[in-house]
Amino acid sequence: MARFGMVIDTAKCVGCMDCVVACKTENDVPDGFCRDWIATEVTGSFPELSMEIRSERCNMCDNPPCVYCCPTGASHVSEYGKLVQITNEKCIGCKACLAACPYGARFTHPDGYADKCTFCEHRLKEGKEPACVSVCPTYCMYFGDLDDPNSEVSRLLESRQSKTLLPEAGTQPRIYFLTDEPK
Amino acid sequence: MSEYTTTNSNPFVDMSHQVWAWEIPVYLFLGGLVAGMMVISGYFLLTGRWRDPRSACHALPLWSLVLLSLGMLALFLDLEHKLYVWRLYLTFEVTSPMSWGSWILLLVYPALLANLFLTPPERLRDRSPRIADVSSRMQAQTSTVTAIAVVNIGLGILVGIYTGILLSSLGARPLWSSGLLGPLFLVSGVSTAAALVHMLAEVPEERAFSARADIGLLVTELLFIVLFLIGLMNASKVHQEAASLLLGGPFTAVFWVLVVGLGLLVPIVIQSLAVARRIGHTPVAPLLVIAGGLVFRFVMVNAGQLSHWTPT
Repeated sequence: MARFGMVIDTAKCVGCMDCVVACKTENDVPDGFCRDWIATEVTGSFPELSMEIRSERCNMCDNPPCVYCCPTGASHVSEYGKLVQITNEKCIGCKACLAACPYGARFTHPDGYADKCTFCEHRLKEGKEPACVSVCPTYCMYFGDLDDPNSEVSRLLESRQSKTLLPEAGTQPRIYFLTDEPK
Repeated sequence: MSEYTTTNSNPFVDMSHQVWAWEIPVYLFLGGLVAGMMVISGYFLLTGRWRDPRSACHALPLWSLVLLSLGMLALFLDLEHKLYVWRLYLTFEVTSPMSWGSWILLLVYPALLANLFLTPPERLRDRSPRIADVSSRMQAQTSTVTAIAVVNIGLGILVGIYTGILLSSLGARPLWSSGLLGPLFLVSGVSTAAALVHMLAEVPEERAFSARADIGLLVTELLFIVLFLIGLMNASKVHQEAASLLLGGPFTAVFWVLVVGLGLLVPIVIQSLAVARRIGHTPVAPLLVIAGGLVFRFVMVNAGQLSHWTPT
C-alpha cells in the first residue's frame, strides 16, 4: 500500500495562494477557515535577507499526535495511502486533536467536527492529484508515493536538499520542502 | 532576525479558534475536587470515622455526585459535536487519556453511589427507611466497607492524575510537556477537597485533621510547582519560552499572586497557626485554597494553549 506524501519546491513557490483558493473551492471549506495556507519566513539581517514562501497544510505525520489523543478513533490513519483522516460521524468535537497538533493544521468546522486537509482523498481515488497540486501555476508542488523509490517525490528527495517542519516535535511529517535551487 | 507571517487563521489572529475556553478548566477543577473527596472519604471509611454520624464522610458522596455532574456538564458544554458524545463509549482508545478518563468516570458514579448508600446523610436516612436498611446491611459487613473505601481511593487517585495527564499528553503545547502535571493536579485536587472537608466538618477532630492534611498537601503542591518549572527551564528553548509565560510573561502576576501567594502560601500560614491553636479555625484558608485551585487550572489551561512550537 502506498504512503502518500508531498514535496514542495520553495524556490518555485511565489505565494500566489492559488492552492488555498483551489482547496476552499474543491472542499467547500467554510468562510473564515482554511485547510491550507501560505507562510512567509524572512531571515537574516539587512541587506543579507532571504525569504522562503511555503504552502502549508496538515503534514500527514507518520507519528501523528492527533490520532493518538483522539478518544473515539475519529482521527485515524487510513489504509488508503496511510493518510491521517477524520471520520466526521465519530468526532465529538472535544478539540484534543487541535491542541495536539504542533502545526495548527486543524480547526473546528462550524458543523462541530474537527476538520483539516485530506490530501483530497476523493480526488486521489479518481486517479487525480490533490486540488492544490493540480492548480499550482509554478508547478512547485509534487505528490506521490514516498515508499516507491521511482516516484517523482522520492526522486526529488533523493536528488535535492529538503527539510520538514518542526522535526524536533517528533511527528515525522510527510510534507517535504525543497530548500536548494533546482539543477 | 526571523519574521514569520501566515495566512492561516489561528488562535493568535482569530480568537474564535481558541481550543478550550472556561469549560475545561472548570471541568478539571471539579474533577480534581471530586477525586480528592473520594480519597478522603475512603480514608474516613478505612479509619472507622464513618461510625460517627456527624462525620463529614456522610456528606462527601452526595457532594461528590453533584460536583462531578456539574463538571461533566461543563465538559459536555465544551464539546462542539454534542449529539455524538455517545461515541466515547463505543470504543476504547488505549493511547488517548481522554478515552481512559471517560471510561474511568463511568466507574466513578457507581463507586460514589455505593459510598452514598453506605454512609448516607442523616436526613436521607431519616426520610427513606429503605436507604437506612440498605445502609445498615452494608455497614454490617466489614469487607464491603473496606472494598468501597479501596475502590473510592483508587478511582479518586486515577481521576486526580488523569486531570493532569490529559494536558501533559498533548506535546504540541510545551507548557504541558511534563509528567509532573499528573501528580501536581492530584495533590492540588486533594488539597481543595481537604479544604472543603474543613468547611463541612462538624467534628473538631476532623477540622483539625483536614487543616493538618492541607498544610502537607499545599507544601507538596508548592514543591511540585517548583520542580515543574525547573524541568521546563532546563529543557529546550520552546519549553523555556513556555515557562516564561509564568516567569515574567502575561500570566506571571495571576500565577504568583493568586495561585502561589493567596492559594498556597497564605493558607499554609493560616492553617499552621490554626493547628498550633494560635488562632481559631475559619473558612478563610479553605476558601483561598479552593479559589487558588480553580485559578491554577485556568492559568495552566490558558497559558498552555498560548505556548507553542510554531513561530507566531
